[in-house]
Amino acid sequence: MLHPVPTLRETPSQTAGPYVHIGMTPNFAEIRGIYDADPGLAMLTPHTVGERIEIVGRIVDGAGSPVGDAVVEIWQADASGAFAAPMGPNSNSAPPFTGWGRQPVNAEGVFTFETIKPGPVAGPDGKPMAPHVSLWIVARGINIGLQTRLYFADEAEANAGDFVLNKILDPRRRQTLIARREEGTVPRYVLDIYLQGDKETVFFDI
Amino acid sequence: MSAIMLPGADGALYQRDHSWHPPANTPGYKSTTFRAPRQPLLALGATASELTGPTFGHSMLGPLDNDLMRNYSQDGTEAIGQRMIVYGQVLDENARAVPNTLVEFWQANAGGRYRHKREGYLAAIDPNFGGCGRTITDENGFYSFRTVKPGAYPWPNGANDWRPAHIHFSVFGHAFAQRLITQMYFEGDPMIWQCPIVGTVPDKAGIEQLIARLDRHNTTPMDALAYRFDIVLRGRRSTMFENKLEGN
Ligand SMILES: [Fe+3]
Repeated sequence: MLHPVPTLRETPSQTAGPYVHIGMTPNFAEIRGIYDADPGLAMLTPHTVGERIEIVGRIVDGAGSPVGDAVVEIWQADASGAFAAPMGPNSNSAPPFTGWGRQPVNAEGVFTFETIKPGPVAGPDGKPMAPHVSLWIVARGINIGLQTRLYFADEAEANAGDFVLNKILDPRRRQTLIARREEGTVPRYVLDIYLQGDKETVFFDI
Repeated sequence: MSAIMLPGADGALYQRDHSWHPPANTPGYKSTTFRAPRQPLLALGATASELTGPTFGHSMLGPLDNDLMRNYSQDGTEAIGQRMIVYGQVLDENARAVPNTLVEFWQANAGGRYRHKREGYLAAIDPNFGGCGRTITDENGFYSFRTVKPGAYPWPNGANDWRPAHIHFSVFGHAFAQRLITQMYFEGDPMIWQCPIVGTVPDKAGIEQLIARLDRHNTTPMDALAYRFDIVLRGRRSTMFENKLEGN
């Protein structure tokens, strides 16, 4: 099958800069009154179906310092493994689960999402991928948004068969995408993200 | 809604041309030194997780979300500075319009000062300027907003580095893999060519893609100048059908 030839070039990326919060989480940046709430802050509604979980991560730079000015977005399937559009262009209300979240990190570089555990999504080979959440990270000093995934430690069997994890030839680097589970009021999945160094997270060209 | 691929049509995006984007590590922009990944990116290929993405409804927008002159006004006064309209079309690499996609923007005020607690530049805060806005592209991919021209500002990088006047943009597209943040500059500004952040873009033609053109035809007489800034997102190699087709 012939593919069309691209006629335009993608607009080059530029860093989100140190003041990304002004544009993406203005209430967090103490610019109040423009938006009712920062978009993507709350992912759950009382009608959301699925197991409540917390995703917690810490972003660390190559010097071992927390990246205290990042914004993280996640995109994930619902509990049945389907992707929902948060809002159709002409709808007046969001569905019970949008699949999209956005959080600023705190001064310690830590972000927290209250969400649900996603169901398995079909991979390109038709086989299900292990449950995962897609992450996109921007900050000062990041010239192009970093794309990665979070997998769940208690899905060992599914993880072992996941085609993305298996593309990572070094099994130690595979571990950089697998969040450990901690018990709490709701299960908490913890993943530290290293931008650089021995423990550097696997980032994707997608 | 789940994505359904036609047989023989994988719906994948064109491979991203990383030689057109800034590399991760750019020594002239010192903040990248400890924040640039050093390992090669892992090529993933297309899955539903990357080929779908959030969409947003026009009903999320407030009436002043695309009017930075007025959306933070404390006393009814409009923001101080050169009044202007910024508009443009969001397209994909196949030159097809990207409708109904969220575009967010943020900027310094006319003096080059951001409203941010970590910002220390001595230029004055404008009490009526917040510095952020958003809109959703129309059915032809067009967006527009009113604002004031941001000032240039100094920043800690080299001993005496200045950012040219610029507006930050965040765009979603319809796939999570299209997600893009960039910056817009102004035609004719000599400071563009001495900026270490602009200089992270390897190709001069790539930098020129970030420069908005003065558009005399769309100025508002006796009110506001107009600048046009088109944004190109990644395009699909072939068609992906979803339950509801939205200009993928
Ligand atoms: Fe800036």
